[in-house]
Amino acid sequence: MIQDLSYSVIMAQRDEIMRTAMGIDYAKYAGGVLAFDYERLLAETGYDVDTASSVQRATAVGNTPLIELHNITELVRTVSAPGNGARIFVKDEAKNPSGSFKDRRASLSVYEAKKRGYPGVVAATSGNYGAAIASQAAKAGLRCIVVQEAFDSRAMAQPEIAEKTRACEAYGAEVIRLSVGPELFYVFLRVLKETGYFNASLYTPYSILGIETLGYEVALQTRQQTGKFPDVVIVTHAGGGNVTGTARGLRRAGAGDSQIISASVDLSGLHMASDRDFNRKSFTTGHTGFSIPFTTWPDRADVPRSAARPLRYIDRFVTVTQGEVFYITEVMAALEGLERGAAGNTSLAAAFAIARELKADQIIVVQETEYTGAGKHPIAQLNLAKQMGIEVRRGDPRENKPGTRIVIPEHPSQLAAVDVDLDQLRRSYLRHAAERIPAGKEWTAQDIEFLAQEIRTTASYVEEILHECSRTTR
Amino acid sequence: MAELVADGTWVEIHSIVLPAEQRAAHIPEDTKRVPLEMRVKGFLVGEAFLGAQVEIVTVAGRRLRGRLAQINPSYDHGFGAPIAELQAIGGEVRALLRQAGAIQ
Repeated sequence: MIQDLSYSVIMAQRDEIMRTAMGIDYAKYAGGVLAFDYERLLAETGYDVDTASSVQRATAVGNTPLIELHNITELVRTVSAPGNGARIFVKDEAKNPSGSFKDRRASLSVYEAKKRGYPGVVAATSGNYGAAIASQAAKAGLRCIVVQEAFDSRAMAQPEIAEKTRACEAYGAEVIRLSVGPELFYVFLRVLKETGYFNASLYTPYSILGIETLGYEVALQTRQQTGKFPDVVIVTHAGGGNVTGTARGLRRAGAGDSQIISASVDLSGLHMASDRDFNRKSFTTGHTGFSIPFTTWPDRADVPRSAARPLRYIDRFVTVTQGEVFYITEVMAALEGLERGAAGNTSLAAAFAIARELKADQIIVVQETEYTGAGKHPIAQLNLAKQMGIEVRRGDPRENKPGTRIVIPEHPSQLAAVDVDLDQLRRSYLRHAAERIPAGKEWTAQDIEFLAQEIRTTASYVEEILHECSRTTR
Repeated sequence: MAELVADGTWVEIHSIVLPAEQRAAHIPEDTKRVPLEMRVKGFLVGEAFLGAQVEIVTVAGRRLRGRLAQINPSYDHGFGAPIAELQAIGGEVRALLRQAGAIQ
């Protein structure tokens, strides 16, 4: 019998394919119209920080060094008011087996897939997560398929993604490379249906619980090295998993008072589903093209309900420019002897600017680095930019324009973290929620409570904004 | 002169997943004008000429069909020429630290 695997048929089977491919019945956690029991969804996986960390230890994931960046801190102080210039530390996640913190996200998924008897794992990712899931699958003896958005209609590959293709293939994964477009999700579902493999999405509870160990280690290592928990932890922010898992881990270690700042590269004006814009981005992750939509509506991911729910955890949200990130990547190599990938240094660029606002005895932790190499390097990315006709020059980073001009700072005093208005993001989240309420249904008290938790506000604030939304849409 | 590719050769196949007219509704116009394409690598089943419809076995053991697009495809991403706009940064920040007396 030949199965009908057409677009409309597969998309209509989305929920059933997901259930089979994850072994989680999300319906069990639903309540009200839109609400679900987030904490119970995570708790019922059975992983706490200790069990997650023992699974990770078995494949040498985690326990990465926390390194004080003495010279970068000194550089901050050369451009700070007297008494200012916080100490900057970095968690060197590049030391994980496949070179990034994504190994933490992959580890529990692969462990779970193996335990439940799935023959393999599938992930949709063009980034470091592909290498991570392929590496973990290799160790576990499971098959692995990675679905990438990899090239534009001229068959031109983004160099960073080309490097991910190579890494995945090195770990023995089948890589399905696609041209640009959100219908990647259709191919992903089709592969799940055809293979019966486990959906190792970045947004499962396993993926998020796997990052809790990172926040936990940051808290304990900082206290061990400095005598206190971090004042600020800065997290590179894309789909929201990194900030969610890290913040949860910090809380579990008792460091719930550390301020959580998420940082993204500003790619405003470039469309994530545009064939033309695809190779005009120097960053394939850690940018606003992911972080704004996923912050304002997490449930756009490749699972029924995302376990990455950033507005529950973010205290402050800032953006930096591509040029500033390339600059700080050069500075890190030159002053600290650490050559690391640019995307992971997004939060370092923000940390540099924010350290100037803080006192010299305060502690900022940048919670990740990633590996660098061919394709994944400022030189490769800036050569691509020049090839695409993007202007690259030294100057004031405020003159940066995504897709048109990359401005590399001339002096460290020019690095700035630009605040994103969290209240606007909360309102945007509630607008998205309001759009999803089915006709004829009314919000329940459970929904209002859920939405208030989602955006860390009060039930009356939620009701007020929802009321405004309904006035403008009806 | 077309060359016959041997059975078992490591190759890449290309196929159209969705022609332009079948693409999803809410995507940008420039993306909607072009098809959704797929490229996958594997071992060629049987012998064939470049451009022929062929079957491959991927490293995950799956059999997939498509147009034979590349033989032993290269990893050609790299670094490229050094970037002039980055070259001076190391020297500049070391000079700032020397002025501040933080390094020698």
